[in-house]
Amino acid sequence: MAIVVKRPKLKWWEHLYLPALAQGMRVTLGHFIKTLSGKKKVTMQYPEEKWDDQLPEHYRGAPALVTDVQGRERCVACQLCEFICPPRAITIKPEEIPSDDKWSKVEKRPKAFEIDMIRCIYCGLCEEVCPEQAIYLRKDYSITGTSRAEMVHDKERLYEIGGVREGLVNKWNELK
Amino acid sequence: MSEEKNDLIDVQINGEWHSFPKGTRMIEACRQVGVEVPHYCYHPKLTSPGNCRMCLVEMGMPPRPRPGDDPPEPDETGHLPISWIPRPAIACANTIAPNMGIRTESEMTEECREGVMELLLANHPLDCPICDQAGECSLQEFSVEHGKGESRFREQKVKKPKNVDVGPRIRLDDERCIMCSRCIRFTDEIADDPVLGFTDRGSHTVLTVYPGRELANNYSLNTVDICPVGALTSNDFRFQMRVWFMKETKTIDVNCATGANITVFARENKIYRITPRQNNDVNSDWMPDSHRLNFHWIESDARLTDPLVRDGDKHRLATWQEAIATTADKLAGLDGSEIAVIASARMTNEELLMTSRLVKHLGAGHVDVVPREGENDGYLIAADRNPNTNGVMLVLGLENPGSQLEAIKDGIAQGRIKALLCLQENLVEDAGFGSELLSKLDFFLTSYPLANPTADIADVVLPGACWAEKTGTMVNVTGRLQRLNKAVDGPGQTLEAWEIIRDLIQATGGGNGIYSATDIFKQLAAEVPEFADLSWGQIGDLGIPLIETGETIPLLEREKERIEKGLIVG
Repeated sequence: MAIVVKRPKLKWWEHLYLPALAQGMRVTLGHFIKTLSGKKKVTMQYPEEKWDDQLPEHYRGAPALVTDVQGRERCVACQLCEFICPPRAITIKPEEIPSDDKWSKVEKRPKAFEIDMIRCIYCGLCEEVCPEQAIYLRKDYSITGTSRAEMVHDKERLYEIGGVREGLVNKWNELK
Repeated sequence: MSEEKNDLIDVQINGEWHSFPKGTRMIEACRQVGVEVPHYCYHPKLTSPGNCRMCLVEMGMPPRPRPGDDPPEPDETGHLPISWIPRPAIACANTIAPNMGIRTESEMTEECREGVMELLLANHPLDCPICDQAGECSLQEFSVEHGKGESRFREQKVKKPKNVDVGPRIRLDDERCIMCSRCIRFTDEIADDPVLGFTDRGSHTVLTVYPGRELANNYSLNTVDICPVGALTSNDFRFQMRVWFMKETKTIDVNCATGANITVFARENKIYRITPRQNNDVNSDWMPDSHRLNFHWIESDARLTDPLVRDGDKHRLATWQEAIATTADKLAGLDGSEIAVIASARMTNEELLMTSRLVKHLGAGHVDVVPREGENDGYLIAADRNPNTNGVMLVLGLENPGSQLEAIKDGIAQGRIKALLCLQENLVEDAGFGSELLSKLDFFLTSYPLANPTADIADVVLPGACWAEKTGTMVNVTGRLQRLNKAVDGPGQTLEAWEIIRDLIQATGGGNGIYSATDIFKQLAAEVPEFADLSWGQIGDLGIPLIETGETIPLLEREKERIEKGLIVG
C-alpha cells in the first residue's frame, strides 16, 4: 500500500530559501564558536570511536546467520534467500543432517553458505524471505578485506557475525 | 457425419455450451476447454478411486418432470434448462451426460475446495523449507488458490513416521502424504509390483510397504513424479537443488531404442535430475529408473576435455587443429580399402549423415556400428540398447548393423586394415576388440566422451560430446523420428560428433559449410528418401512417425487395452 506524503505548502518568503540559509549559518556559527572556545566536541575519532550504539534497531548492516538459544543452526538451506537475492550474492550448498546428529529430525542444513559482500547491496530481502528466522541483517557496516576471497563470508564467518538470537519461533522442537 | 454427431454430447461448463465425445470424464471435458479442476488423486493413466475429493464441482441435469407434468422446453439454442443438484459431484470419476451442467467457479464449488484444503492442511507439517517438492507441489499451489492462509486447528498435529526408507531409491515422509493413493495404484496397475498400501484408519492412516518387501522395482521412481506432495522423494535428487533454479530441456532418453521422452533439469551446466515427459506414443508418462539415473557419469572425472595425440608411449594435449591435421596426414597415404570406420548407433541421424560422407570421401572399405543387445523388460526397455539403430540403417545404409565387425577384426589381424576411425564407441569394452589387435594398426583414432582402455591404445583421442550436450534427431524402435536437444555445454574443448567429422572431412580435402545440426537435417531431408520434405520444426517436441518397423512397446499396448476397457482415460 502506497503511503501518500503530504508536502508542506511554502510561503513566498520560504520559497526564497534565504531565511533558511541564514538559520543554517547561525547553527554552524554557533558550533564553530563553541568548538573554538573548547566548550563542545562535535567530531568523532573514527574508527577508534564509533557511533554503533546509536544505530537504530532496523539498521541494515551485513547479513548473517544466527543460532537459537538451543544452539541449533536455524538455516535449513531452503535457498529462498539465494533465489530472492537481487545481486545474486548468496550461494548455498545443502546437505542432509546425519541420523546420529541431535537435530537429525530437521533433515537438512547448509553444507556451505557463502555471501559475497562485494555483491551484497544490504537490501534485507534475505531476512524478509527467510521462513526459518535464520538470516538477519546485523549492525556491521564496515566490511572490508584485502582480497576478493576475503570479502566472501563463509558459513563460519556468518555464524560468528550473527551469534545467538533469542525469542525465535521453535517449530522444529517438541511438536515435531 | 450423423454418426459422429451422435457420439458428441453437449455439456454446459461455466455457462457455455461445448460438445465432447460420449464417455469423457467431467474433469477431462473441463480441461479440454481450458477450465482447470484442481485434483490430487486423479491421474489419466491410473484408475480413479475418487478419494481426495478436491475435484468436487457443482453439477446439474435437466429437470425430470413428475408424471403428468409437461416436459421441460428447450431454449433457443436447443438445450434444456438445468436444475442444479444441491450436492457436489467429483469430476474425475463421473462421465458427462447429455445436457449436463458443470460449474467450477460457483460459490458451492469454491466452498468445497476450501473445505477439502483446510482438512488436508490440518495435519500437514510445515516442511516446505526442507521439502524437495516445494515449488512443484500441488498442495502448495492449491493452498495458494483455495487455502485459508491460517489454521483453525488448535490441537496437536498427528505425528507419523518421517524419513522412512521404503526402497533403495525412495524416501517416504508419511506426515506429508495426503493419501491420494496414486503411488499404490501405479505400483499395482503399471509396475505389477503391488508393495504399497495404507494401514490404520482415519487421520492415522499411513502409507506403508508390505512387511519384508521394498519398493525396488525398476519403475519405482515414477511414484516420486506422480506424488502430488513431497511424501515420496528421490534419494538421488534429495536436497540437491531446489526445483525453481533449474532450467528444463525437453529431450529424449538414449539408453535404449524406445527413446523415452524426458525433461532434463540443469542449473549452471550441471544436470540434477531427469524426469519422464508425457508422450502417449512412446513412453506414456513413465520411464525406467535405470535410465533415469544414468546421467551422473556426464560429470565424471574421466571425461575427456581436450584432444590428445600419441607421443611415444604417452598422450599429450593437442589443439583441435593439430589433432585433425595429424589424422589427415596419416590417412593421406592410405588406400580406401585399408581404412575402416566404426561409428555408433548412439549417434544422431545428423552425425550418421556426416559419417556416411566421411566414409564416401575416404572411400573407406569397411563401415559398421557396435550392436548392443539386451532383453526387452516387457515394459519400456527395448531389447536394442542402442537408441538409433533404425537411423543407422536409414542414414548410414547398413542393412545388418554389427555384421561387419568380425570382418574388420580379421582385416586388422591380417594387416589388410591399417587405419581405424572409431567414432563415439568403446571398442575394447563394448565390442570385444583386444588391445593387442588394435595396437597392430598403423593409425587408430577414437572419439568418445570418457577416457577408457580403447583411448589408451589410440594414436589420436578426440573428446566427444555426450547425449545431453548435443542436438540432433534419432529414430526409435517403432520408427518414430524424435529430437534430441542440448541441455548443457560439454566440458573443456569437447565437440559434437558431427563437428568432429565435419572437420575431418575438411582436413582430408573436402570443403563444406555446415554450421549447425539443423543445417545437416536439411541435407538429410534432401538426400535420404525417408526424410524427404521434413523440417526440423515439423518434428516438434513429441516426434513424428517416420517408418513402419512393426515393433511395439509392451507397456503402451497394455495401456491401450485399459483405455478400451474404460479403466483409465489415457
